Amino acid sequence: MSSASGTKNSASKPASTRGNPANKAEAAADWVDGRVGIYSLAKANLRKIFPDHWSFMLGEICLYSFIIIILTGVYLTLFFTPSMAETVYHGSYLPLNGIRMSEAYASTLDISFEVRGGLLIRQIHHWAALVFVAAMLVHMMRVFFTGAFRKPREINWVFGFLLLVLGMFDGFFGYSLPDDLLSGTGIRFMEGAILAVPLVGTYIQMFLFGGEFPGTDIIPRFFTIHVLLIPGIMLGLLVAHLILVFYHKHTQWAGPGKTEKNVVGMPLMPVYMAKAGGFFFLVFGIIAAISAIATINPIWAVGPYRPDQVSTDAQPDWYMGFSEGLIRIMPGWEISVWGGHTLNLGVMVPLAVFPLVLVAIAVWPFIESWVTGDKREHHILDRPRNAPVRTAFGAAWISLYLILLVGGGNDLFATHLHLSINTITYAVRVGFFVVPVLTFIVTKRWCLGLQRRDKDKVLHGRESGVIKRLPHGEFVEVHTPLSQKDLHSLTAHEQPQPLELPAETDENGVARKAGVITKTRVKLSEGFYGEGNQIAKPTTEEYHEITSGHGHH
Amino acid sequence: MSENLPEAHDASHGTALVSHDDPFADPGLPAHEPRRTDIDERAAKRAERQVSLMFVVSMLATIGFIASYASIDADKIVYIFPLGHVSALNFALGMTLGVALFCIGAGAVHWARTLMSDHELPAERHPIEADDDVRNDVIEQFKTGAAESGFGRRKMIRNTLIGSMALVPLSGVVLLRDLGPLPEKKLLHTGWDKATQSSPIKLVNMNTDEPMKPEDIVQGSLTFAKPEGLEESAEDFQQQIAKDALMIVRIAPGDIKDAESRDKGFEGILAYSKICTHVGCPISLYEQQTHHALCPCHQSTFDLADGARVIFGPAGHPLPQLKITTDEQGFLIATGDFDEPVGPSYWERPR
Ligand code: FES
Repeated sequence: MSSASGTKNSASKPASTRGNPANKAEAAADWVDGRVGIYSLAKANLRKIFPDHWSFMLGEICLYSFIIIILTGVYLTLFFTPSMAETVYHGSYLPLNGIRMSEAYASTLDISFEVRGGLLIRQIHHWAALVFVAAMLVHMMRVFFTGAFRKPREINWVFGFLLLVLGMFDGFFGYSLPDDLLSGTGIRFMEGAILAVPLVGTYIQMFLFGGEFPGTDIIPRFFTIHVLLIPGIMLGLLVAHLILVFYHKHTQWAGPGKTEKNVVGMPLMPVYMAKAGGFFFLVFGIIAAISAIATINPIWAVGPYRPDQVSTDAQPDWYMGFSEGLIRIMPGWEISVWGGHTLNLGVMVPLAVFPLVLVAIAVWPFIESWVTGDKREHHILDRPRNAPVRTAFGAAWISLYLILLVGGGNDLFATHLHLSINTITYAVRVGFFVVPVLTFIVTKRWCLGLQRRDKDKVLHGRESGVIKRLPHGEFVEVHTPLSQKDLHSLTAHEQPQPLELPAETDENGVARKAGVITKTRVKLSEGFYGEGNQIAKPTTEEYHEITSGHGHH
Repeated sequence: MSENLPEAHDASHGTALVSHDDPFADPGLPAHEPRRTDIDERAAKRAERQVSLMFVVSMLATIGFIASYASIDADKIVYIFPLGHVSALNFALGMTLGVALFCIGAGAVHWARTLMSDHELPAERHPIEADDDVRNDVIEQFKTGAAESGFGRRKMIRNTLIGSMALVPLSGVVLLRDLGPLPEKKLLHTGWDKATQSSPIKLVNMNTDEPMKPEDIVQGSLTFAKPEGLEESAEDFQQQIAKDALMIVRIAPGDIKDAESRDKGFEGILAYSKICTHVGCPISLYEQQTHHALCPCHQSTFDLADGARVIFGPAGHPLPQLKITTDEQGFLIATGDFDEPVGPSYWERPR
């Protein structure tokens, strides 16, 4: 073995010092390599190339805030008591002195007021959770609008999607743990939603709560789910996600020297390591500073939970706002079925729409590749404008999300804008159906307009702002021609053609009908790439014709 | 490294050496442009000092963190513009920690940007898919393995294996059964259930803990009540109050539109469940002119003068009403339970 590998060494490489290491570090590395084979592992990765683009930071923010959440979460578990046993508070927060509350709430008060630095860690934990979910959402948008989810990355899209959903739910469970008035209200909402499930609703409710609402089991159970079950699954998914990122290598924007077959950027060691490692500290530092100055979830202000009390500004964290919007705008439909059974559509329909919206996002890559029939690998990103239908779908989805956020905060909008809550709710009901459609249309047109502008730029150059008078008196604006780099970048994208229906008859002349599925697929593909859904790229001939002087300028 | 370069690269290293036919051709990687710190040793030295300075600031901040931890009281409140009154300890710890961390990050990033090499390098990608030889080879091996197991041939083993695998997760589901009791009729009844004609239950004011008399209740006011005997210290208080809480209103009998609702009350005093029929928030906002009660959670609005009919929002049915009357001493009492379940609706809920 050693002799075989020895002959492979070329003369230019330094001779191996194995067995006679130059220093302690080499010795240690040799020791580890003998046990776990790190040299082979590092060979491929130490100088692995990472392309640079600011938007790649979004994923990093997710990763770093996740790490921050775990670190602070472990600290909090050391002080938090996940118990609903009743106690009377005698602590340093005087306004609540002598009040009955659960141990969960009392220990959260202690973390906030007694444990030195406990308040800070609690706030960092909560802020990091908000940053985490927000960063995942924005990261996902980046991946969506640039088409980075296409083959070979579809599975990673699904992993990312699962991480987002789990993150949202873990956020909800964490929010519920302190057993304050707001979190209790959230749990009550969840209970009502569970009860609305047909047939088994009451059973799930009894099993989950260990009896009737609220009982004494729900907080300890949520605690286990929040700190063990969901983070465990997330950790696994995250590792898988990152392994795939590593394995696929990053995508990159079209540009000089960049192809589908290479990846251009800086090596992991040292540049990327320093930048990424440094960025972790930047994120942590900023979140710590925010937590020092901005109070989040002051649970002491609202008091302990009691099912017969409520605080008027009961609001979930923003990422759950769209489910709150759904539940608020739904009319209260309740119907009787099969003699004496109740179907609570007013709660059930929003509950069903919520996962449907999510699943529609999860399966998008598969829908798109089915419609386009594209089975190739893609590593060069799409500029959003060059995929107008996809971009328009994304924008429509975001507009729906925003509309629901308005619905979820209708009381805040009402008090701040002095409008009636009913008006807002009716407007949101209409907006739910209308706004996404309008957004779709507007965004698509906008993309096409940008494509047209790119084409003009390629053919006529950039407007220089210099006006010149020609000998015969005509005024023209001087256009500076684009550099080769820009010409290439602006024309590097592909323009897929829509699928066509197969011939009416097969090669033997036997008539064959295209099935419904084929027909829909052709129709959809027409909708993606057909006429009016993309502006044809400038061709070489066009370019030569215009630039050779026979053109208009 | 050179074997990693794409073909186009060598032909056009930096300078645009492009065939005239294709104006859109890839000009290849641009030439590397040196930064100031690459050519000016003084600039490089300055950058080095800047990076070190940030690391030093970080060290100082960490020391500040420890000093704050040891010296500032946990309950000390200070005024800091523009934040207002904040916990001094939280502010000091958070700022020092933030600076300590941020400076490490900023130093590292500055170092990477100014002093580490910024040569962009290309690396080749390899298709994720294996080539056909590997693919066929693997499929062959798998088939051999499958044939040797006899999995395809011995149908009985295969089918029973699938059956057993399909059933075994059921034990996991069954084990969850003891998480809680069965629903039975629990959601149907509240604490008012124990009230009968012969042993009624008094309505007790939630705030004063006193039994209530009709004359205590002002027209247009909203009072919250609970059954007598339900103490805050009771073990199942939370569970009971989640169902028993009452909302007492007094409306001029002539203004009550629903006759049945008027009959259940006493001289215009009506006792409704406080628990919203949408998903169960307690209702707390009352508009005395219109007799509308609004749930703050999702804005379901109930007309208390009209049998608590839903007039807006996502709730699906009216608030249940408790039949009340007075006893010989003139205290408000209930002689039975609500005649429908309170709170959110569910599959088995009778309508
Ligand atoms: S719980 Fe009252 S409106 Fe939703």
